[in-house]
Amino acid sequence: MTNVRNLICTFKTQFIVIAFALSSQLSAEWDALNMTKGATEISREVYDLHMLIFWICVAIGVLVFGVMFYSMYAYTKKKNPVAATFHESTKVEIAWTIIPFLILIAMAVPASKTLQTMYNDEAGDINIQVVGYQWKWQYRYLEDDVNFFANLTTDLDEIYNKVPKGENYLEEVDEMVVIPVGKKVRFLITANDVIHSWWVPAFAIKQDAIPGFINTAWTIVEEPGIYRGKCTELCGKNHGFMPIVVKAVEQNEYDSWIAEKQAAAIAMAELTEKDWTAEELVARGEALYTTNCVACHQVNGQGITGIFPALAGSEIVMNDKARNIEILMEGVQGAAMNSFSYLSEVEMASVITYTRQSWGNAQNGDGEIVAPKDIVEYKKNKI
Amino acid sequence: MSAVIENHHNEHDHHGPAKGLKRWFYTTNHKDIGTLYLWFSFAMFLIGGAMAMIIRAELFQPGMQIVEPEFYNQMITLHGLIMIFGGVMPAFVGLANWLVPMMIGAPDMALPRMNNLSFWILPFAFFVLLSSLFMEGGAPNFGWTFYAPLSTTYAPPSTTFFIFSVHIMGASSIMGSINVIVTIMNMRAPGMGLMKMPLFVWSWLITAYLLIAVMPVLAGAVTMMLMDIHFGTSFFNAAGGGDPVLFQHIFWFFGHPEVYIMILPAFGIVSHIIETFSRKQLFGYSSMVWAMLSIAILSFVVWAHHMFTVGMPLAAELFFMWSTMLIAVPTGVKVFNWIATMFKGSITFETPMLFACAFVVLFTLGGFSGLMLAITPADFQYHDTYFVVAHFHYVLVPGAIFSIMAAVYYWIPKWTGNMYDERLGRLHFWLSFIGVNVTFFPQHFIGLAGMPRRVPDYALQFADWNMVSTAGAFLFGFSQVFFLFIVVKTVMGGKQATDQVWEGARGLEWTVDSPAPYHTFSVPPKVS
Repeated sequence: MTNVRNLICTFKTQFIVIAFALSSQLSAEWDALNMTKGATEISREVYDLHMLIFWICVAIGVLVFGVMFYSMYAYTKKKNPVAATFHESTKVEIAWTIIPFLILIAMAVPASKTLQTMYNDEAGDINIQVVGYQWKWQYRYLEDDVNFFANLTTDLDEIYNKVPKGENYLEEVDEMVVIPVGKKVRFLITANDVIHSWWVPAFAIKQDAIPGFINTAWTIVEEPGIYRGKCTELCGKNHGFMPIVVKAVEQNEYDSWIAEKQAAAIAMAELTEKDWTAEELVARGEALYTTNCVACHQVNGQGITGIFPALAGSEIVMNDKARNIEILMEGVQGAAMNSFSYLSEVEMASVITYTRQSWGNAQNGDGEIVAPKDIVEYKKNKI
Repeated sequence: MSAVIENHHNEHDHHGPAKGLKRWFYTTNHKDIGTLYLWFSFAMFLIGGAMAMIIRAELFQPGMQIVEPEFYNQMITLHGLIMIFGGVMPAFVGLANWLVPMMIGAPDMALPRMNNLSFWILPFAFFVLLSSLFMEGGAPNFGWTFYAPLSTTYAPPSTTFFIFSVHIMGASSIMGSINVIVTIMNMRAPGMGLMKMPLFVWSWLITAYLLIAVMPVLAGAVTMMLMDIHFGTSFFNAAGGGDPVLFQHIFWFFGHPEVYIMILPAFGIVSHIIETFSRKQLFGYSSMVWAMLSIAILSFVVWAHHMFTVGMPLAAELFFMWSTMLIAVPTGVKVFNWIATMFKGSITFETPMLFACAFVVLFTLGGFSGLMLAITPADFQYHDTYFVVAHFHYVLVPGAIFSIMAAVYYWIPKWTGNMYDERLGRLHFWLSFIGVNVTFFPQHFIGLAGMPRRVPDYALQFADWNMVSTAGAFLFGFSQVFFLFIVVKTVMGGKQATDQVWEGARGLEWTVDSPAPYHTFSVPPKVS
């Protein structure tokens, strides 16, 4: 008997534990189903607006559908064989025109106020230019002369289901945008090729990146942390593969990060003077090719027939060094090939040399390398 | 009126349809052309649906499984274009062809030869569009909204064919609209004043004006693209001094009225069905007409709510937010009128009524999410996410498409003379109803949680609901093959329908025989 009672008792506690775990999990999952509250005052205001409108809609829905479902239930032909004959009432029509109108005004007032705050486009403490490319983002810190690209780091094998997917699948990049907390950061958003859109849900910022336009958005992040976002305007093949990752840190950490980036830029400039061997350039070039070129020209340099030309066996890549440099520096007018002039001299030389040495191009062509000095020379001649 | 019907019985014997295929190629009969439009749109609906299945299958799990991103983008583009221009619009034109002359007591459409032409150029338009799938570089891959410069400088070579096919579709729509307007304005039976017209006729009159107003704008947009691609202009190319945002303004000036082109006829259909099965006169006829007119006029001043994130000035954002919210007022009036019609009615739930009730609830749900999207600051979070996908599929699938299905069940006894199988019809309704909600309701969640639209792959937190959505999509997809079966079965045979068909049905089309003779109302009826 006691055994049975004990058993029931254990069941009870287990049940309570399970129920509790379930409900907390449910509420966690519920958060994952709704808009984020985010990490800024603005994002919380937007969330509140969203919930306000949501509950107003729910209330209207309950009322309207309530009457409708009641009619469907109470006025079936069985219960009400003869229909009423009323079919118009100007008073009722006026009432249900004016009441919704008043509700709408109640919605529009707070929405307009929030919008006004968001549209404050005064300069920030820190101003970062964001440039969308097919399919990566470039960040330029305008005051500190820091400049880098952020590429997706998720492995192709993860995407093609050959290995298990990591925790931040499709939401991880090689360089995060670092910003300090508590400071007004303004983003100046534009694009180099097609339209992209820069979205970080935690900041309630979504601004289209449009070639020829500079759109602004600002934020003051309160808590240090990593905030992930995505490109939200269809921008071609890899639209789903150009995430945004922002890391908010304390001011001192931010300062040392800036110093580090500046030192690295100086070191890179010094490398330009060095005499390079083909092997050194190819080694550097391969990684650059993977992040910058593979999406179109493919790993095997074959491109995609009819859209992106092959580099393997290309006459220009094999034998026409000058034109090769020119294409990389200026892009091709009227085609998807953009200028890559933002690459450093070393990077530019490495990636060109890589394409000239790979896929049998060295054997079939002149096999010459392009050195960083050649790029410096090109830039001089152009001026 | 019986005298009228006698009259065309005699005529029927020596003036029937031509034999064989010629009947369909040469026909100038509004009923034949209506049938052609309806079958064509059904075929396009199934092709566009197959593309949706490919899209949902790829999204079943995170990771790339069955297609490459390049092809995925072609699928979303063609799915959108085919469903809008090939599915919903021709279906409504087909219904207009069948019903407008019969509802106003006219013998045929006013311009029968143009009617033939406006249909027969459509298959060519879609042949051109679909053939681009087999061209070098693939089909258009820039989304049905084809934003420049993705659709110009960066587009595949097949874009030129896409432009050509859009031109043909536009020409077809404009001819169809002119025909509808001329018919309604000139061929109403004596005594049928404008404010006595059936609401479906009213809804189509307004729709036709919208089409004539905006189709040329779309034609202008694609022509400017053509110039940019082939003739060295820079309308949308920033590097040449052009403006990519200009494209979006032009596109959505067409695009927003286009949205109402796809829903106004649905308003007309649903009004008739609710009235019939509630056995009670429609509540607030004149306010329904005014509501549709207000919606149509407002549709010209709200376009930029599709573009809240392009960086417009504050004043513009506020204007488009307020004007968009205003649309909720006339739309609300319509919903209230439908419910007031049902209130104290004597209701039965045959298949058309089931679809109409689902339309009222689910279209309103899509309206609510539309209202949320109008709130600009919140739109910054919703824009271009699955929340938007959920929103417009709610107004287009259980909205426009449910209304078309309701119309088919409602009028098919008149068209074929046979009753459809009520049990199968109800089964089809419930499968579609469950399928559509399982597909699109979870998309609200994944959108709010942060999943962008038009991506072939997604982060892991969106996996569960995507799986549910795909399951719903396949249920919905297969239910439509079942619909095809029901329609074919009804065309082949079934219980003989009476002339009135439905106990509560009112209107001229229910006074002619079932099936409706090849020629109706050769002598106009008198409308009191």
